[in-house]
Amino acid sequence: MAVCGSMRALARAGVQGPCQRLWAVSQQLRLFGVCRRAGSSSGLAAAGAAPPGRAGLACAASAAATDAAPSSSKQKVEYEAVIGIETHVQLNTATKAFCGCASEFGAEPNSNVCPICLGHPGTLPALNAEMVRKAVLAGLALNARVALESKFDRKQYFYPDLPKGYQISQYDVPLCEGGWVEVVVPDSSTATGGSPRRIGVTRAHLEEDAGKLVHGGAASLSGSDYSLADYNRGGVPLLEIVSEPDMRSGAEAAAYGAELRRIMRFLGVSDGNMAEGSMRCDVNISVRPAGRAAFGTKVEIKNMNSFNAMQRAIEFEVARQVELLEAGREGEIVQETRLWDEGRQCTYSMRRKEGLADYRYFPEPDLPPLVLSQAYVDELQASMPELPAAVRQRYASLGLSQYDAVVLSDEPAVARYFDALLAAGAPAKPAANWVQGDVMAHCKEAKLAWEALLGVMAPAALAEMIQLIEDGTISGKIGKEVLPALLAGEGGAGGGSVRALVEARGLVQISDPAALGAIVDSVLAANPKQLEQYRGGKTKLQGFFVGAVMKESKGRANPAELNRILMERLNAPQ
Amino acid sequence: MRLVIASTSTPLQLARASRSRSAVEITQTYLRGLKSVEGRLGSFLAVDEEGALAQAAAIDARIAAGEDVGPLAGVPIGIKDNLCTQGLATTAGSKQLDGYVPPYDATAVARLRAAGAVLLGKTNMDEFGMGSSCENSGFQPTHNPWDPERVPGGSSGGSASAVAANQVVAALGSDTGGSIRQPASFCGVVGVKPTFGRVSRNGLVAYASSLDCVGPMAQSVADAAALLSVIAGPDTADSTCSQRAAEDFTTGLLPAEQLGSTPLAGRRLAVIRETTGEGVDAGVSAALSSAIQHLKSLGAEVEEVSLPSFAVGLPAYYVIALSEASSNLSRYDGVRYGHRAEADELWEMYGKTRHAGLGSEVARRILMGTYALSAGYYDAYYKRAQQVRTLIQREVGAALQQYDALLCPAAPTPAYKLGEKTSDPLAMYKGDLMTVNLNLAGLPAVCLPCGFAEQPGGAKLPVGVQMIGRAFGEAELLQLAHVFEQTAGVMAEARPVVHAATQ
Ligand SMILES: [Zn+2]
Repeated sequence: MAVCGSMRALARAGVQGPCQRLWAVSQQLRLFGVCRRAGSSSGLAAAGAAPPGRAGLACAASAAATDAAPSSSKQKVEYEAVIGIETHVQLNTATKAFCGCASEFGAEPNSNVCPICLGHPGTLPALNAEMVRKAVLAGLALNARVALESKFDRKQYFYPDLPKGYQISQYDVPLCEGGWVEVVVPDSSTATGGSPRRIGVTRAHLEEDAGKLVHGGAASLSGSDYSLADYNRGGVPLLEIVSEPDMRSGAEAAAYGAELRRIMRFLGVSDGNMAEGSMRCDVNISVRPAGRAAFGTKVEIKNMNSFNAMQRAIEFEVARQVELLEAGREGEIVQETRLWDEGRQCTYSMRRKEGLADYRYFPEPDLPPLVLSQAYVDELQASMPELPAAVRQRYASLGLSQYDAVVLSDEPAVARYFDALLAAGAPAKPAANWVQGDVMAHCKEAKLAWEALLGVMAPAALAEMIQLIEDGTISGKIGKEVLPALLAGEGGAGGGSVRALVEARGLVQISDPAALGAIVDSVLAANPKQLEQYRGGKTKLQGFFVGAVMKESKGRANPAELNRILMERLNAPQ
Repeated sequence: MRLVIASTSTPLQLARASRSRSAVEITQTYLRGLKSVEGRLGSFLAVDEEGALAQAAAIDARIAAGEDVGPLAGVPIGIKDNLCTQGLATTAGSKQLDGYVPPYDATAVARLRAAGAVLLGKTNMDEFGMGSSCENSGFQPTHNPWDPERVPGGSSGGSASAVAANQVVAALGSDTGGSIRQPASFCGVVGVKPTFGRVSRNGLVAYASSLDCVGPMAQSVADAAALLSVIAGPDTADSTCSQRAAEDFTTGLLPAEQLGSTPLAGRRLAVIRETTGEGVDAGVSAALSSAIQHLKSLGAEVEEVSLPSFAVGLPAYYVIALSEASSNLSRYDGVRYGHRAEADELWEMYGKTRHAGLGSEVARRILMGTYALSAGYYDAYYKRAQQVRTLIQREVGAALQQYDALLCPAAPTPAYKLGEKTSDPLAMYKGDLMTVNLNLAGLPAVCLPCGFAEQPGGAKLPVGVQMIGRAFGEAELLQLAHVFEQTAGVMAEARPVVHAATQ
C-alpha cells in the first residue's frame, strides 16, 4: 500500500478508503530478514535458503556430548544445569484482554479483529474482568501472593505482529508474586515412580498476546520474501508465569511444565494446548561446575511444542554447553536465543542478545491501577476446584500406585470420569485399570474426548459392569466383550441396566458347581482319548480341557470354579 | 437542556425558533460562508459538504415527523482533525495518516451527532497536537481571522479560527498542554479544557494520554456549556473516564438582565503571581488588569496567590508528554494503515515510513520522549516528573481550597506572526507555561476573551483570561465565565477582519 489517496479530497461518509479496507484484511508485508539466524550477520538473510550456520556445528557437538562421560582421562568435573522457565499461558476467556473480539483459535485470518486490537488511532484498552478472575485463580493455585493493587505497563518494541508498538503488560507490580508448584519428577529407579519437589514461582503477570506472522515464499523464515500478518491472536489474554531457576534437568523442567499445564486445565483457565500455542515455554538454561554459586552464561531456548521436546531440547543444550566448557571454549557460550529444531533434534542460534533489550517500560496511562478487594480474592480462593496434586494424593490414599494416580489425574476430564466411577460405587483399583486400559485405548482410537464419553457411557454403567465382575456375575473376559456395547450407549444409566444387558445376551457367568460339572462331564465324555492321555501322565492337556469347557460354555464358565471342578474330575480316582 | 447559541453572533437560534430556515438551509448557508473565507484562513483539512447536507436533511425529516432531534439539532460544528470521524478522513495533521479513514466515531463526535449537530468538516492542527501555532501541521498553516498574517495558536488553531470567523458555530478541540485555551485566547473565542476524565478520550488520536482532554470551543460561554453537556459523561470505552453522570452545564447560566449589580459577591478569586509580570506582554497584562477590575466591580474578591511549583511544571510537563507521545506514536509504523514507504527490509521500511510521514517537530518530541524513558534515565526523568506533577496537584489543589477560582493569562502574548517563532522551539515551549500546569493537575479551565492588545501596526488582537476551577467544578466555573462575559461586553463591538456572513 503506498499512499491512501489525497488528504484534501473530501472524504465521503460510508465510502471505504483503502486504509479502512486494509485493517480487516490480511496483507502482504515484505519482511526480509525478519527472523535471522546465526550466520547471516548482516541481518539481511540471503534470499536463497542458506542452512543455518551454527546449527550443523551444534548438532555435531551434541552427538559427541550425549555419550555422556567425558572421554579424557582428566579429573572428572561434575556439571550442574540451572534451568528457569517463562511460561506464557493463554487464558481461555470468551473475548480478548482489552477489546470485545472473540479470543478463539483457528478462525479465518483477521476475522477476530477490531480497531482496538489493530491499534487504530484513538482506540483505548478496556480490561476484561474475566481475564483478571482467571489469572487470580491461577495465582492462588500457584500458591502465590495476589496483589490487591497491581498496575499495567507498556513494554515497547517495534515488530509487525505488535499493532500498537507496545505490549500492555505488567512490569514492576505484577498481579502475583512468590509462589511454588509441587511437581512429581518421574524416576524409574524408585518403586514409587518419583518424588514430589517444589519449584519456585517468581511471579505471574497479565499481558496481551501478539499477532502471528506467516512467512511466505519459502518453507523457512530465512528464505521467505514476504510475510502475512494475522491479528486474530493479537490481544488474546496471557498469564506469564516466571519460575525460579530451580530446575536441574530436562526431566524436572518437563515435569514442571506438565504440572503447570495440569493446574491450568483443572482450573479451567486455559486449555494448555502447546501445539496450538496456548501454552508456550521459554527455557533459560546455564551450566556451571557443581557446587559453584555463580551462574554460567544464560541461553534462552524457544520453539518447543511438547514437554517431551522441551526435555530433549534441554538435554541437548546442557550437553552442548558442557562440551564447550570441557573443551575450554566457554567463551562460545553467549547470551542468545536458540530455537529447538524438532526435525534435527538440536538447538540453533536465532539472535544474539546485545546486552539487555531496553523495552522502555512505563506505566500504561490508559488503564487505572488494577485494584482487587480481599473479599474478591477470598471468594475465588473458596471457589478453587481440587488441584491435580490433591487429586493425586486422594487417589494414592485409595491404595492406587503413584503411577496410577499420576495417569488418572493428568487430564481433568479423566479424573472427573474416574471420580464418577468411584461415586457410582466402583472399587478404585479395578476402576483405575479399566479407565487406564480399555477405556483410554478406546477414546484414543475413536478420538473421543472424555467429556464426550460421559454422554455415551455413563460412569454408573461402567461402574455396574465392574461391580458385576467383582461379584463374579460375569468374568473379566466377558467384561471386555461387553464394553463395546457400553461404549455404544447400550449400558444405559447403570443401576441394573448392565445386568439386564448381560442377562439378555446370556453372558452371565456359570458358577453353579452342578451346571459346570455337567459341562465338564460332557467334555470329558466327548474326548476319551485325551482323557486317557492325561491320566497317563500328559498333564499339559489340562489347558486343552479348560479351553474346551470354555468353548462349550460360550466363555461364561467361571474360570476359578471351572478349574476346581475340572481338576476334581481329572484327578478323581478311577 | 435547550439550544443556546450566542445571542450576538449567530442568527441560528432565531432562525430555528421561527422555523424560517430548515437545517438544510442553515447548513447550506454555513457551508457557503465557510468556503467564502477558507482561502484566507485554511481552517479546515477536510470539508464534508455531502455528509453535512445529508445529516441536515435527516434532521429536517425527523423534525417533520415530530421526532426529538436533540439539543444541538442543526448546529454547524467543526471537529479537530485528531478526533476520529467514521467515514471521514482523520489525519491529526500528519502526513503519516494522510487519507486514513477511521472505522469508528470518537465518543465525543458520536455524542454530538446524536444530539443533532451537523459536522461541516475537520479542522487543522499542529501535527498530533504538537505545537502552539498550527505551523506544525503536516499540510498547511492556518491564519488568524483577526490578522491573517498571524497564527491562530495551537494546536487546536483550525477550530479556533473557524469558530472566530463564524465558519462554524462551535467546534471540538483537544487540550494536552493548552491546545484549546491558547488558540481561544489568540482568536478571541471561548475554550473549555474540562477536568481530566470529564470527557471520554475514546477516538481522540493520542498525544499524551494522561494529559489529553477533549473540549468545546465556541462563540459564547453558553454555547461551550451546551456542547460540553452533550460530550461529557461516563464511557466504558475509556477506562480513565470518570463515572460521574453528565450534567447540564447551561442551567445555571442566567441572561444578563437577570444578573444583579454584584452577581459575584462572596466569590474569592486569585491571580497566580507566577504567570504575571516579567515576560508577559504589556497588552496582555493590561487586558488582565481590566478583567480583574471588572470582576471586582461585580463583587468578587480578587487576591494574588503564589504557586512556586508552576515554574517547575513546564519541564515536568514536557518529560511526561513526550514520554507518553513517544509510546503513543509507535503505532504509526506503516504496517496496518496510513503512509508506508517502499523498502526491501523491515527496519528500512520502518525508518523510511516514519521519516517521511512524521514531521520534524514530531520526530524531535519522539526522540526526547524515547530518551527520557530509556533504561538508566527513567528515574531521573519520567519518575521525577511524576513527582513534580504530584507536587503541582497538591499546590494548586490547596489554593483552590482557599479560592473559588484562579486567574491567569492563557498565553504570555497575543497572536504572533507566522514564522516568528518557528525557528526557536524553546521560545514556543515557554508560551505553554500558563497552561500546562492545569493539565498536570487535571483541573478544568475556561479561556474567554477579556480584552484586546493594540499592535504597533494598528491591528487589534484579542486576549483571553483563563479561569481555573476545582476538579469537576465545570458548572461553577462556567457560571463565573458566563457572568463575566455577559457583563464585560468585551466582544460587543469587535469582529475579526475575516468573518463569514451567515445571514
Ligand atoms: Zn479487537
